[in-house]
Amino acid sequence: MRVRAQIGKVLNLDKCIGCHTCSVTCKNVWTTREGVEYAWFNNVETKPGTGYPTDWENQKRWNGGWARSASGKLHPKQGSKWRILANIFANPSMPEIDDYYEPFDFDYDHLKSAPDMNAFPSARPRSKITGERMEKIEKGPNWEEILGGEFAKRSQDYNFEDVQKEIYGEYENTFMMYLPRLCEHCLNPTCSASCPSGAIYKREEDGIVLIDQEKCRGWRMCISGCPYKKVYYNWDTGKSEKCTFCYPRIESGQPTVCSETCVGRIRYLGVILYDADKIEAAASAERETDLYGAQLDVFLDPNDPEVIAAARRDGVPEDWIEAAKVSPVWKMAMDWKVAFPLHPEYRTLPMVWYIPPLSPIQNAAQAGQIAMSDQMPDVRSLRIPVKYLANMLTAGDEEPIVHALERMSAMRLYMRALSVDGVRDEAIAARVGMSGRVIEDMYKIMAIADYEDRFAIPTAHREQNEHGADIRGGCGFTDGNGCSTGEAGKTTLFGGKKKKFALPQETF
Amino acid sequence: MFGDFDINFVIFGVMPYVALTIFLVGSIVRYERDPFTWKSSSSQLLRRKQLIWGSILFHVGILTVFFGHLVGLFTPVWALDAIGIPYALKQWMAVLIGGPAGIAALIGSTMLLHRRLVDPRIRVTSTFGDILIMVLIWLQLAIGLLTITQTLQHMDGSEMVRFMTWSQSVVSWNINAWVTVVDVHWLYKLHIFLGLIITALFPFTRLVHIWSGFAAPFRYLLTRPGYQIVRSRRHRPIEERRRDFDTLQAKRGPTATTPAE
Repeated sequence: MRVRAQIGKVLNLDKCIGCHTCSVTCKNVWTTREGVEYAWFNNVETKPGTGYPTDWENQKRWNGGWARSASGKLHPKQGSKWRILANIFANPSMPEIDDYYEPFDFDYDHLKSAPDMNAFPSARPRSKITGERMEKIEKGPNWEEILGGEFAKRSQDYNFEDVQKEIYGEYENTFMMYLPRLCEHCLNPTCSASCPSGAIYKREEDGIVLIDQEKCRGWRMCISGCPYKKVYYNWDTGKSEKCTFCYPRIESGQPTVCSETCVGRIRYLGVILYDADKIEAAASAERETDLYGAQLDVFLDPNDPEVIAAARRDGVPEDWIEAAKVSPVWKMAMDWKVAFPLHPEYRTLPMVWYIPPLSPIQNAAQAGQIAMSDQMPDVRSLRIPVKYLANMLTAGDEEPIVHALERMSAMRLYMRALSVDGVRDEAIAARVGMSGRVIEDMYKIMAIADYEDRFAIPTAHREQNEHGADIRGGCGFTDGNGCSTGEAGKTTLFGGKKKKFALPQETF
Repeated sequence: MFGDFDINFVIFGVMPYVALTIFLVGSIVRYERDPFTWKSSSSQLLRRKQLIWGSILFHVGILTVFFGHLVGLFTPVWALDAIGIPYALKQWMAVLIGGPAGIAALIGSTMLLHRRLVDPRIRVTSTFGDILIMVLIWLQLAIGLLTITQTLQHMDGSEMVRFMTWSQSVVSWNINAWVTVVDVHWLYKLHIFLGLIITALFPFTRLVHIWSGFAAPFRYLLTRPGYQIVRSRRHRPIEERRRDFDTLQAKRGPTATTPAE
């Protein structure tokens, strides 16, 4: 056993309202620079849809994630080390910027500077790459917002596999949900595995996956390696960038920007202890449907004395062990089994998990009555097909999804009985294998979702491995160039436009 | 004092040392001081068209040509004699391998240069250095291929041996190296001159990615046993930390529950 800790994350899709506050606050903090205008470390997709970049889930097309060979060994789906090196001159699996969208801005200035005209002045779009006029915007970061576009295109959605999708194109039978996405900070990331320079790494102490900007050489294998397409190539700096899990915030015990600003309170952060020695075996599970269960086995119970002893021995700080005991992520993923990894079949063992959304009863409109089974609404007759959610979250295995949806509807029934009738109906809880006390806890965390219940983030322990005297006078956060700021001139000796290094200044 | 001044001395006697010094010192300084700028500067994201074929043709061609020059020029003449390879045969090999590779590289670089100059996205995101080095390499490839017309006129390998002698004299600090190439055809001279210019520009352009390109297979295949990289902030390996922790535990002092650093 080799115990490591990671700050895991859960997103409760049942409560996501698709407001994009997470995306916008993330963008404002991280990707407003030239070269990454098109990049959204966090984005929210309307499902069913092909997403951003288009068709990202289809690994037959993009070759992201891992493949398992007949002998049971894993290699990146885009090829083993030799194949990756052979593709270094031109990466055949890499999306073009048009697969995301060509970034644009509008000529807002024209609205006030236009001369006296007969026609009302308009703000027309302009490319952020070339600066040229764009006559028609044909793609954006959220092009399928609220089922925008025709069903024929949206139904290319990979999660429709084994679903009779034609009927969902009909107005009466349509369904939708939101899927906020960010880097999964996987236990077995393909981006780092694909990097010939070894620039991408996972941090031992908190599991955050980062790109060393000084080691990245722009071989761009990570971009095709990541099945979630959450590594972005900065065309200005020539380096890859990705979600940093707001590590400066996490280190100081604060939630990530997307979690902090989520108005629906759907995001949870907490410590998960895991056994690093089990990762390889879990990711190599033979059947794709076994991967969800295999990942659960990698996680370690923070209340188990043996685990605690091993964690201490492996250097997990005491407050991290304590945080793991109260981790909302552990509760939802392990205790209640309502949260699931996104596309476990990619074999990356992602660490951002999702609670599937409940939806209205599908048959109710047609039959004029609610489909009930054993006094509970039948979750298989919900508007969002269970198979669709299973394709997204459990590699197509419907059982765990049904189980989770039943627990969530039981929570509603139980709390309704409690708040309307004033009855603690243990029978409801028992039907889904829970107790009333657990359901009330679940309600407190998932429905009320107070700030303190959503986030249990211990601070980083820099004092254990850094000496204040050594880092005194250091350069702090810089633009990825050590302490060097380039030189003062307009152009650099080594090519490329140089952005002036500026410290924040107050002006009076 | 400058009565017997010869421009050939400057170009073939002095310039190689200047160029190689800039090349080596410049590379080291840039790697040390500005690692963030050390990159391949790929433009594949912005336009895939013409890059896949152009880049593969160019890189495979130019790498073949590069290693051909390296082996061809720096294999000692006595080694050739010892193995018993006739000079004429070696020259034929150079023409037959280098020729097609050079043509592939020229086709590839023409595609890449065309794309760089004509495609609005690539043009606007190109630096002066990007375009300059591309043009110089294109010229160098074209001139290199043109020298074959001269080479075919003396297939005994005598000219080739001159270049071998010159290169090997330069790297063995022979100050009189330059005289061996004084009276070769001007196309050869131009090719060498441009080669030295490109060598000197190397550290100031995106060409630095060549270093990393050569290093990548070693790093990826040899120095990295598995696929994954986990970085720890701790200074000592886990085995050592565990051992110390166990020793502390055995003491049963108040420090027993302090995590191993």
